[in-house]
Amino acid sequence: MASRKDPMGIGLAVLNRIASSPTIDRLGLRKQSEKAVYHGTRAGFQAAGAAARTFKRVKGSGKPARQASTGDSGVFDLTPTEDQQMIVGVVSEFAGEVLRPGAEAAEKTDDTPKEVLAQTTEFGLSLLNVPEALGGLSEERSATTGVLVAEALAYGDMGQAVACLAPSAVATAISLWGSDEQQQTYLPAFTGDDVPAAALVISEPVPLFDPFELGTTATKTGDGYVLTGLKSGAVRGLEAELFIVAASLEGKPALFVVEAAAEGVSVAADPSMGLRAAGLTRLKLEDAPAALLGDGAEDDYREAVRLARLGWSALALGTAKAVLDYTKEYVVGREAFGEPIAYRQSVAFMVANIAIELEGMRLVTLKAASRAEQRQSYAREVALARKLAAEYGMKIGTDGVQLLGGHGFVKEHPVERWYRDLRAVGLMEGAVLV
Amino acid sequence: MINLDTPKKFRAFVDQANQVADNFLRANSRKYDLAEHSYPKELDLLASLVDGMSDSGQGQGAGAAGVRRGEDEAEGKKSKVKNGTNMSSVLSVIEMCWGDVGLLLSMPRQGLGNSAIASVATDEQLERYKGTWAAMAITEPSFGSDSAAIKTTAVKDGDHYVLNGEKIYVTSGERADSVVVWATLDKSLGRAAIKSFVVSKDTPGIRVERLEHKLGIRASDTAVILLDNCRVHESNLLGSPEIDVKQGFAGAMATFDNTRPLVAGMAVGCARASLELIRELLEKAGVDIDYDRPATSQSYAAATFLQMEADWEAALLLTLEAAWLADNRKPNSMEASMAKAKAGRVGNDITLRCVELAGTLGYSETEFLEKWSRDSKILDIFEGTQQIQQLIVARRLLNLSSTQLK
Repeated sequence: MASRKDPMGIGLAVLNRIASSPTIDRLGLRKQSEKAVYHGTRAGFQAAGAAARTFKRVKGSGKPARQASTGDSGVFDLTPTEDQQMIVGVVSEFAGEVLRPGAEAAEKTDDTPKEVLAQTTEFGLSLLNVPEALGGLSEERSATTGVLVAEALAYGDMGQAVACLAPSAVATAISLWGSDEQQQTYLPAFTGDDVPAAALVISEPVPLFDPFELGTTATKTGDGYVLTGLKSGAVRGLEAELFIVAASLEGKPALFVVEAAAEGVSVAADPSMGLRAAGLTRLKLEDAPAALLGDGAEDDYREAVRLARLGWSALALGTAKAVLDYTKEYVVGREAFGEPIAYRQSVAFMVANIAIELEGMRLVTLKAASRAEQRQSYAREVALARKLAAEYGMKIGTDGVQLLGGHGFVKEHPVERWYRDLRAVGLMEGAVLV
Repeated sequence: MINLDTPKKFRAFVDQANQVADNFLRANSRKYDLAEHSYPKELDLLASLVDGMSDSGQGQGAGAAGVRRGEDEAEGKKSKVKNGTNMSSVLSVIEMCWGDVGLLLSMPRQGLGNSAIASVATDEQLERYKGTWAAMAITEPSFGSDSAAIKTTAVKDGDHYVLNGEKIYVTSGERADSVVVWATLDKSLGRAAIKSFVVSKDTPGIRVERLEHKLGIRASDTAVILLDNCRVHESNLLGSPEIDVKQGFAGAMATFDNTRPLVAGMAVGCARASLELIRELLEKAGVDIDYDRPATSQSYAAATFLQMEADWEAALLLTLEAAWLADNRKPNSMEASMAKAKAGRVGNDITLRCVELAGTLGYSETEFLEKWSRDSKILDIFEGTQQIQQLIVARRLLNLSSTQLK
């Protein structure tokens, strides 16, 4: 520990941005901008990236920049660093005052308001995993910080949290695995004031989808590749300007950079059970030109899959905590047979089990994250965290509705939305990265 | 900085504990499972080894001893995060129970009564009882979870107390040198009047009535103990003799905040043994566990294994969290119960499912799987059943009293 600089080295930079940002003043004051429900007019595949910027190719100078990993502290500790506490404090405030109150309206428009996304740009959400040398915030990469941030955002609303984190996933992927040229070409857009909508797309709409057995294929051309296939779970695909897409190259999975404005790229809204505010879409690729991300190493791809799953586990933690806090209050306030329903063991024990399973999955998720940031093997821990988040995240979602009975089934309470959002956790691949 | 791996300073010691568990406990596991009630003499050597380790500053390292808060105050500065004796005890118990739960419970001088003494005794008593092997006697035929219903009486007579009553489920009740007996000074004053007494086994009036025949942990003797006008000196009362309606029972119950993470650790260790063996057996049968491929596209056995391992990891970390909180002087009553609830139930579930996956091979005494699935059951019962843990967690979480949430 002694030889390292300030544990994460992020906090001050973030706080500086926050202090100089008008976001804080607006927190809680911003009226949700109403948007017409428009996916009727957007039905069917349409050319993607109509309004997309052109990314000016920048020749690389050789070695890509990478963030350092943190060292092994050797001490069992559950205390976030001071930096992490500060960041989580700010993100939690944002989640509580902007995301939660705006959740219902965002869901109705199947999108996250641009103002909300702009606020996350102001506090540098997409910069956390970008190396300092490339305009990012930190020399060291912390998956734990990523987990804590995703958790805090999802406590407000998972759908909008995913929308907010999607560009960050692309920036993170390019930072971690992109070539120097790709970093120079794309990252400036993500470190500027007008962060583009962008999505990391791994899923495909087939049963038993396995990210290591992809249906989408990449074929080598003269100076690059073309991709063909159908992808799903592309966050805000209708708005996206850049995609990172998983495709099979000679039987092995790899990530490719696809510009939305390119030929052969089309998107269609894919309204789903939940995560409505994430604006999920399908992405159709027909000989779409693409560039291999970095050198396309299989280990990089594995890491992408794992870090995305870690992100989904983190999101589950936040939403499950929302369920716990909401039901705690409800069962004490709601009376039946002349006393609060919380006085019944069958009710109280359900709440106790929500807390127990949530704490368990939280600890496993944090362990996976801390191992990832210390560059230790973490495949096992991610798999276990994902399993718990899928299993108990959903259990908590369904118990949340059950505890409210009929009231849980109607939109008067948010538990039915959390139920729908939590179903995503065990099945989503890609989209977020921590 | 968040980090949930085994603390660096305990890694070598955990390895050591694992070897001890393998050579002394696992090696004698079946022998004493079959020969219930016979004394596991191999443990005498081990116990002196453990004593040696304690004396050399390894703390409560190798056994199920209790933990005395404040003990390692001098070790670290106030603001520094500590990994102390709560953590090392839990880690040690996990390794030992990976070896054999029943034999760990039979470890000389490492009884639950020692936990109680370590947790609530005065310094003078601590010195006086050093080296004793103390069993714990709470339960009576008429109650289990409801410890406040104690009928065993302690009546003051001069500078002595006279104890009368029947105690059951006394772990190591026959082998221990002394028994920590819970008794009431005045039944009409309820919980506050319940006190614990250290009763040496050679005191006239205390006797072992019989030993139980059990589903599991057969290496550990479980005794019925009768107290018939048993006179103990007043200095044998642990803690304060005053009946403080506010404090009394809470103080005695505080022992459990320290011992519950240890019992959770027992379940974690026992379940790990099953998981390791079933994995080996499955792999020999051609089932590979892949952490990257979705569980849904792996075999049922592999997916089941992943689910079990995930639950196990959650139980492990909840247990370490409870210990970590105690080491860092933070309240851990709810977390201790969470750990015990999760570890108790998944420990039992995992060991039973491993038997199922291994079929008749797992059901047969040729492997340990069947034994571990019998041993694990008690861990979801003693030191507070699954349901009692849920009750504790729910009351804390919802801020309800015991009259509101019964």
